[in-house]
Amino acid sequence: MKKQFILISFLTIPLLLNAQENLLDMLDQDTKPEIEFTTATFKSTRIMNGHSVERMPGGQLDFRISHRFGRINSGAYELFGLDQSNIRFGLEYGINDWLMIGAGRGSYEKTFDGFAKFSVFRQSSGARKMPVSVTFLSAVALNSLKWADPSRTNYFSSRLSYVAQILVARKFSQSFSFQLMPAYVHRNLVATELDPNDLFTIGAGGRIKLTRRISFNAEYYYLANPKKYLSQEVYDPLSVGFDIETGGHVFQLIFTNSVAMIEKGFIGETTGSWGLGDIHFGFNISRVFSFKKH
Amino acid sequence: MKRLIFIIIITGIFIQASGQKYITKNGYIGFFSHTPVEDIKGDNNQVASILDISNGEIVFQVLIKSFKFEKALMEEHFNENYMESEKYPKATFTGKILNPSAVSFSTPAIYEVEVEGDLSIHGVTKKVKEKGSIEIAKGSISANSRFSIVPEDYNIKIPNVVRNNIAKTIEITVNIKYSTSGNQ
Repeated sequence: MKKQFILISFLTIPLLLNAQENLLDMLDQDTKPEIEFTTATFKSTRIMNGHSVERMPGGQLDFRISHRFGRINSGAYELFGLDQSNIRFGLEYGINDWLMIGAGRGSYEKTFDGFAKFSVFRQSSGARKMPVSVTFLSAVALNSLKWADPSRTNYFSSRLSYVAQILVARKFSQSFSFQLMPAYVHRNLVATELDPNDLFTIGAGGRIKLTRRISFNAEYYYLANPKKYLSQEVYDPLSVGFDIETGGHVFQLIFTNSVAMIEKGFIGETTGSWGLGDIHFGFNISRVFSFKKH
Repeated sequence: MKRLIFIIIITGIFIQASGQKYITKNGYIGFFSHTPVEDIKGDNNQVASILDISNGEIVFQVLIKSFKFEKALMEEHFNENYMESEKYPKATFTGKILNPSAVSFSTPAIYEVEVEGDLSIHGVTKKVKEKGSIEIAKGSISANSRFSIVPEDYNIKIPNVVRNNIAKTIEITVNIKYSTSGNQ
């Protein structure tokens, strides 16, 4: 009897001892792994000039004001470009968590633009692993400048140009994200017959988070079309700058050789050169309004 | 005969051990921050918890990413800037009801209890002692509590820019309903 009592004691002691620790372990064992989607690959829907894989979540409206000043090398008389300003206003809305639409008006070529951007894959870990996020962008731009030559037959379609772009990004760590984005631009009307209607380009961009609220971003697009035959000298757009986040706003401070803020403009029509100092200072301000409880 | 007694005792212990733990996967924990500028509210309906009524031990596990907010941007900032939920995906509490004898688990009523234990948020573990209540109803046991925490105690930094938007103390509401029908 004594022996058995000891045996029982030994058997129950571990039960009692384990109880506290095991409750949390029990929960862990019982919890099925879930799909964990990577969030905030970039702070904003733009890396600099071009789009990032990010979209506005459903029911959220993003009001964007963007400025690009004149060239810094225009000198003190022009206050290093600050006397000139190009502007774009945009209203961009998330229809749901995977589809957003936007429209804007830029002073560059008095352009109206519209786009739709949707998520194809989202980077995730846990129950389903996906190494990258893939987003597709389709955009159209309408140049509303007066016709250069009103005497000839001008077609409305000549004002239009189109962009299709695939954005592939990976958030490697909390502080580093990288994106590759091939794009195709079709322009219905070009200046001379030297200029191609179709432009092919591949872009690369990324961000390095410096603090929780500030990141350093850079973006470059390589134009695959031979540049030496074009009617005007164009350069590959390179932009560097900072994202600064304050509550409901994201400020993006930018140095770029491009004055246009939409794909059609900065991909094929960037006439500034970093080497010659044709650098524009600029900023994007994004203010998000919520229309739906998330 | 002796052997029979032994077997009965052993099985009794096991039955007791499994029969007195109540589990839920969809308890509620919410927080509320009130300032004149802005109210911020986060709701999490996927709180996992176990209550062991044999000894009053209680644990919670909260996935930080499961908090839902009125604005999507709040959710992003909460995860990215304050809780760093990729680094610290969970908050946990492991503790004990200090006065389990005050609760009669078979009599429907609301019992005031005091709970003490370790609260881990954002990688920082603190001893806490808070008041709450256990509500025994027919077919269910609920644990409820409301208490305050100070984000700075858990090394959650709030920058000066948003100082006025986020309260110094955050009110936490716990509302966990366990099903007595076993695993749920």
